[in-house]
Amino acid sequence: MAGKKRIKVIMAKPGLDGHDRGAKLLARVFAEAGMEVVYTGLRQTPEMIVEAALQEDADVVGLSSLSGVHNYFFPRVVELLKEKGLDEVLVVGGGIIPDEDIPGLKDSGVAAIFGPGTRTEDIVEFIKEKVSRN
Amino acid sequence: MEDLAAEVLQGSVRAMARLITLVENEDPRAFEFLGSIYPHTGRAHVLGITGSPGTGKSTLTDKITSVLRQQEKTVGVVAVDPSSPFTGGALLGDRIRMQRASGDPDVFIRSMATRGNLGGLARTTADVIKIMDGFGKDWVIVETVGVGQDEVEIAKTADTTIVVLAPGLGDSIQSMKAGVMEIADLYVINKADRSGADALVTEVRIRVEQDAQIKEAAWRAPVLKTVAVEDQGTEPLLEAIENHRSFLEQSGRLKKVRREKTRQETLSLLKEEISRNVLEKILGKGRFDDLIDDIVAHRKDPYTSVKEIVGTIFPEEE
Ligand code: B12
Ligand SMILES: Nc1nc2c(ncn2[C@@H]2O[C@H](COP(=O)(O)OP(=O)(O)OP(=O)(O)O)[C@@H](O)[C@H]2O)c(=O)[nH]1
Ligand SMILES: [Mg+2]
Repeated sequence: MAGKKRIKVIMAKPGLDGHDRGAKLLARVFAEAGMEVVYTGLRQTPEMIVEAALQEDADVVGLSSLSGVHNYFFPRVVELLKEKGLDEVLVVGGGIIPDEDIPGLKDSGVAAIFGPGTRTEDIVEFIKEKVSRN
Repeated sequence: MEDLAAEVLQGSVRAMARLITLVENEDPRAFEFLGSIYPHTGRAHVLGITGSPGTGKSTLTDKITSVLRQQEKTVGVVAVDPSSPFTGGALLGDRIRMQRASGDPDVFIRSMATRGNLGGLARTTADVIKIMDGFGKDWVIVETVGVGQDEVEIAKTADTTIVVLAPGLGDSIQSMKAGVMEIADLYVINKADRSGADALVTEVRIRVEQDAQIKEAAWRAPVLKTVAVEDQGTEPLLEAIENHRSFLEQSGRLKKVRREKTRQETLSLLKEEISRNVLEKILGKGRFDDLIDDIVAHRKDPYTSVKEIVGTIFPEEE
């Protein structure tokens, strides 16, 4: 197992949203797909999430929101990552996100949004493909 | 690639994070950088925190860090969690209980997966500590995997080792393997808000006294009570840690222990380098596979074969 690069993921719940089943589920799914996953817990500010990504040298930041705060928090995380020079970090999101919000989120730099019912295999595959290209 | 070592020494957090990744991946480029950082190490006090799963190691780390920060000390944290032996992946959950420290950009927290190493740490944890030390952190706190059994590697890595126990988790002296009780410079009975804490304190104190009667020692491990979630007992704990640190310095033990540590580290680097070089020669050209075929077919035996191989590389002197 030694001497191998592993995908490192920060899984975060921004804001006051307490729905953490999806985030915890995905943390497990990613770990079982061979990734190293740092789960930061609830109530994270964008600053905390980006600081964790910096210190952990993350390849991916996963954001989960089910309480309608995605339009503020997701772009803010992308913006702060850029400020820190972490442009190459892949940002993906999920949770309860209305379809009409997705184009705007993508424009802001979120690579993809996965809603309820997505096969977790598809999420894993998307991440593996994007990260290996970097 | 940029000179990550120079950037780390100039205080770049990003460079430190990237260098740690190289080290974790055992990337050969890391060695040169580690070499440049080495002269700047040896200043940080390395505090190891070990104990069974869920005893409160991360919560304590958060509180200790917070007191150190009030004293205007800089802190690095290495939090180790196990990799799955089946998938190689890992869930690194220690940060959840380090919320205060996570909100302080001057505290550098790095979660590490064991990547197959036993003993409570990753193979590369000692090098990661050196990077934080070289960066200029006054303290480096290392939280081990919560196994509570054979995880004694921390004692060889840290200057001060804390063993954390908690009531109600089946933690008792009987359930502890001998090794874990021997590595403690300090005992913390955490979750003292729960029943059974005082009994556990007494049990551990008796054990420490017995140890002192069996074997004379210059340092007797104190036993402290904390309620980490409520930040109770953190300051006395830090005082006890400082006492141990002064003891190490004044008794000359620190020098002795660090010399032994350096010896072990250098020896294992040497072993790795030698075996890497030699194995490359042996395993190349497919001859090793041919040999395995012969052994599987019982045409040759592994014992004599190994001696023969070593004989061709290091011919016996006349
Ligand atoms: C369970 C649940 C709760 C539980 C939460 C338990 C917990 N610890 O998580 C409880 C009962 C506590 C709860 C409370 C509330 N809830 Co609620 N809850 C739900 C419910 C029924 C299911 C959510 C769930 O766990 N799904 C299972 C997980 C696995 O799915 P998931 O999170 O969607 O994740 C999947 C994908 O979205 C994606 N994904 C998710 N995150 C991420 C992240 C990344 C990086 C990626 C790649 C993918 C990804 O992958 C997952 C797998 O496919 C939903 C309704 C629904 N159908 O979604 C409402 C819902 C989310 N809740 C809602 C509301 C309003 C509330 C409350 C405000 C209700 C109230 N008035 O008290 C409170 C607020 C709690 C709080 N503090 O935030 C609304 C939100 C409406 C909105 N967004 O505008 C919903 C949508 C119900 C509704 N239709 O009104 N809730
Ligand atoms: N009652 C009580 N609970 C505590 C105390 N300290 C920590 N806890 C809780 O115990 C649980 C485990 O705490 P952690 O700090 O994650 O323990 P840990 O030893 O780091 O756990 P692992 O890293 O998983 O081995 C959490 O739910 C904490 O909130 C305490 O003093 N009293
Ligand atoms: Mg922990």
